[in-house]
Amino acid sequence: MNAMSASAIDTEPRAIVEVEGVSKIYPGGTEALNNISLDFPEGQLTTLLGPSGCGKTTLLKIIAGLIPATTGAVRVDGRTVTGPGPERAFVFQDFALMPWATVLRNVAFGLELRGVARSEREAVAEQYIGHVGLKGFEKAYPHELSGGMRQRVGLARALTVNAKVLLMDEPFSAVDEQTRRKFQEDLLELVARERKTFIFVTHSIEEAVYVSDRIVLLSRRPSRVSQIVEPNIPRHADPEDIRRDPVYLDTVEEIWQGLKKYLDEGI
Amino acid sequence: MQTSNSSPALRAGSQATPDPARPAPQAGPALSSRRPAEDRPSFLVLLLSHPLFLRLASILIVVGGWEYAGRVPISPAFPTFLETMDALFGMLADGTLPLAFWTTLQPLAIGLFASVFVGVAFGVTMGLNRLAEWLGAPLFIIAQSAPLAALIPILTFAYGIGLTSKVMTVCIMAMPVIVLNSLNAVRHTPASLVEMGRCFQGTRWQVVWKIVLPAAAPVIFAGLRLGCAAGFIGVILAELLITPTGIGDIITYNQSVAEYAKMYAAIFSIIVFSVLFIEVLERLEVTLFRPEKRAAR
Repeated sequence: MNAMSASAIDTEPRAIVEVEGVSKIYPGGTEALNNISLDFPEGQLTTLLGPSGCGKTTLLKIIAGLIPATTGAVRVDGRTVTGPGPERAFVFQDFALMPWATVLRNVAFGLELRGVARSEREAVAEQYIGHVGLKGFEKAYPHELSGGMRQRVGLARALTVNAKVLLMDEPFSAVDEQTRRKFQEDLLELVARERKTFIFVTHSIEEAVYVSDRIVLLSRRPSRVSQIVEPNIPRHADPEDIRRDPVYLDTVEEIWQGLKKYLDEGI
Repeated sequence: MQTSNSSPALRAGSQATPDPARPAPQAGPALSSRRPAEDRPSFLVLLLSHPLFLRLASILIVVGGWEYAGRVPISPAFPTFLETMDALFGMLADGTLPLAFWTTLQPLAIGLFASVFVGVAFGVTMGLNRLAEWLGAPLFIIAQSAPLAALIPILTFAYGIGLTSKVMTVCIMAMPVIVLNSLNAVRHTPASLVEMGRCFQGTRWQVVWKIVLPAAAPVIFAGLRLGCAAGFIGVILAELLITPTGIGDIITYNQSVAEYAKMYAAIFSIIVFSVLFIEVLERLEVTLFRPEKRAAR
């Protein structure tokens, strides 16, 4: 089923998110993004990868509608972005959980803000708490959870609002390495199951190659698109096999060579 | 000073209910039948290191020191603890102290009520709006650092010696710290929480009500505790400096007739009242706004 849906999308992937000539100059003159144009195909996981401080997160937040672009426009589903919208949900690097609220309320919070009735939103939240593997923790508070579990709460919250596009800002960077690997495997499952469009920001090359259908390499600030890589890795294979797959290893190496020059410049 | 005093004291208070139950069932079997040699020292260690025991011990040391200093005596104007307690119960019994509290609590209650509501509203507004901050914050920063007791003669001049100037004294003492803490609390709401609210399309009102205020609650309440403690200082200052009424009257009158035990009893009672009040405030905070703290206990 996974292979089928993937091939169906491969033939004619519609661009659900279109970024057109976006530049961002922060007040104070820092130029974060320089004329970026990108399409994000529907149903795929696209990763924004680049050296730290290159403006990946800025681009993601512009797509989210959290910060305005200085020039250019972002269109989601054909509509120009002027602010956050119901078709986009965000997963935060620092989880952004409310420490005073239980897991259940945190997960249901997106629906709470939309005015969904309590019983209804809690039913939806419980379902997604189960999906991310936190069943039994509904009444727990964030400080009682590990970093990995907290990010699962953040992920469940983004899933409950049933957005078409999931924006993930280095979601696994605050999580330890073991949890991270499990997370990456779960993410692949999620992509296959939810048929959503994922835009994923990371600075880890391995992570990008492992989870992505498409990797957009950004240059140093002011960021431009320097390269687009489409790792052609068999997704349905065993996770251990993927990590040993020659294509996987070659892609990691290729991207590393591409990014290395920015590091050399930086030093 | 008030916060550091009140938080351990509160925990002592909150543990007071479950605690007597906990050592009691242990004490029976441990001391009588089962493995007395092994259990007795561990029970003693348990008792000595128990928070409640240590807190009681701390109070006993102070009380003991007071009693000793009074018996020496370090000064003829320094009564012992027992004399003070005797005077305290005497004044409680003949109604002097309740009446004095009733008089003192009026300006205090009005002043604190006004300071808390107006102060939090001002502070939150200034935290949410830069223009309001630039307009209002300098006033309160000056008010917080200035020795406001110096303004009491001016207040008396302007508002007379009645209730109004005493209420004003409470307000000028309590309000600045409440306002500034509320301002800082709101200003330091984690940015990602606010972004999260915006991302899920919360309205400005929803973001303030469901995210900013709960996130700011701990610091706002820290300000309320400090402010209320300052309000107690304010009301006593007013009663000592403007016209002697209530507790201030008992203190000044008994000082003038050398009834030092009564004077100390009045001081003691207002201190105890203030500490209890601030503990109740902290409990209120935990019950109403910090469910995760309650769960952690």
